[in-house]
Amino acid sequence: MAKELWKGNEAIAEAAVKAGCKFFFGYPITPQNEIPEYFSKRLPEVGGCFIQAESEIAAINMVYGAAGAGSRVMTSSSSPGISLKQEGITYIACAELPAVIVNMMRGGPGLGNIAPSQADYYQATRGGGNGDYRTVVLAPATIQEATDLVQEAFDIADMYRIPVVVLADGMIGQMMEAIEWRTPKKRELPKKSWATDGTNGVRPHNIINSLFIDAGDCTVQNRKLAKKYQLIEQNELRYEITGEAEPEIVFAAYGTTSRIARAACMRLKERGIKASLFRPITLWPYPSEALKAEAMKPSVKAVITVEMSMGQMVDDVRIALQGAKPVFFVGTGGGTIPVPQEIEEEAMRILGR
Amino acid sequence: MVIAVTGHYGSGKTEFAINLALQRRGERRVFLADLDIVNPYFCSRERKAELERLGIEVIVSLGGMQIDIPALPPEILTLFEPDIIGVMDVGGDPVGARVLARYEKQFQKTPYELLCVINANRPETNTADKAVAYLRAIEESSKLKVTGLVNNTHLLQETDAGEINKGLELCNAVAGKTGIPLRYNAVDRRLFKQARDIPHLFLMDIFMKKPWED
Repeated sequence: MAKELWKGNEAIAEAAVKAGCKFFFGYPITPQNEIPEYFSKRLPEVGGCFIQAESEIAAINMVYGAAGAGSRVMTSSSSPGISLKQEGITYIACAELPAVIVNMMRGGPGLGNIAPSQADYYQATRGGGNGDYRTVVLAPATIQEATDLVQEAFDIADMYRIPVVVLADGMIGQMMEAIEWRTPKKRELPKKSWATDGTNGVRPHNIINSLFIDAGDCTVQNRKLAKKYQLIEQNELRYEITGEAEPEIVFAAYGTTSRIARAACMRLKERGIKASLFRPITLWPYPSEALKAEAMKPSVKAVITVEMSMGQMVDDVRIALQGAKPVFFVGTGGGTIPVPQEIEEEAMRILGR
Repeated sequence: MVIAVTGHYGSGKTEFAINLALQRRGERRVFLADLDIVNPYFCSRERKAELERLGIEVIVSLGGMQIDIPALPPEILTLFEPDIIGVMDVGGDPVGARVLARYEKQFQKTPYELLCVINANRPETNTADKAVAYLRAIEESSKLKVTGLVNNTHLLQETDAGEINKGLELCNAVAGKTGIPLRYNAVDRRLFKQARDIPHLFLMDIFMKKPWED
């Protein structure tokens, strides 16, 4: 199929439609507005339904309802709007429902600004709402990868009955890239026998619920969730390593900053410094073992984490390495973007050259 | 005179508008006005300092802040004064082009061109019929008539002569259906060797780079 030029936000919405998403509920916020705009045009064409809700909170609860009824459903927002959705997400996680949530992160905290950011890493990878739960977090670095991962997000959500977060930044939402439409590897997905899609007077009632009034019952549910998360940690880890095979410096970066770190690798190469890039594609589960294996290569002198935040994923890098190699951080918060030169200079400083 | 540059978003309007303003330097004072109130990223205001060093006066809203407020600065009226070449970098789509209707009275008294940039690789303008429908919608919301077509068919770094010719073919079909002439074939300067025989060749330097691009 010939390549086409797509804007990130629109491509993500079309990818969801191609994955069979029939419902989208959302509320506008820059820099992700093209997602709801696209769905509003497109979903009626495929017999689906778009609703601009009265708030983000209403939207996520509509997602809860549609997911409970067994439909493929999505919402999207940007940082402050995602904060508002956290209550609904923890309910969906506890009730074990599949849903896809896209966060086009912008500068924060608070209302912040509309520029790209990666400062919602903690929120996305530690659950985000109350209680012991996780969401699968997928972090695309290109529009092509975004379209691939959004389609697969629906499969992962259905497979494990879990909310899946696609975590990108405003740059990915707003930029244009050439893509081709691909379909994810086919998975055997379980039937949605739990869905509240009508008993036809035959089967017993299904109940969708996140209220476990008896502490013992709630503990059983927590253990069940924990077991599921272990399974996901075993099966769904994804990452990419590029660059030199025997690096002195390993960069760890995801999404947009991984591309900037990649540019820094190329600049270092010109100066005779070998560097590699470790790019987690799943942020939860975090590919700790793979990162450790890369960092433990004898040639590696230091690991440098690069983020558009004041330092969040760097915690996961430290957890993965457990002090085995020195960990440094280069980053910038509030909507500005690190440039390859400053990453390159930090590497040179650390190497003492 | 005023030259307003419109098209689908992602068609490459901003890149073309910047290069057009640069090309017209030396004739008269050249102004470039960022009229994009639709898109929050990749607007010519991001390149204000660089373009002013190159001799173009750049008019932006709200001091060039990256903010999604539909506000137009009064300085834009400068573009309609005599002895000035004013290039307007208009927001994408019929929605973005609606801004032009606000200057309807000024356009009636000023010679102008309305250029429609077409990229055949954007799914919404990948056939002649779709591109014509887009062009007509832009005319309706801007209350102006398109006076020229710009073929800017590219796939970013993956562009080759085949892509440019595909766009040329599409734009010729649009010209045939509408009677609007194809004025420019916009091509990245780095592709000069592959594109040298193309009519109305307009070579461009790329300004709107991503942070990881050199």
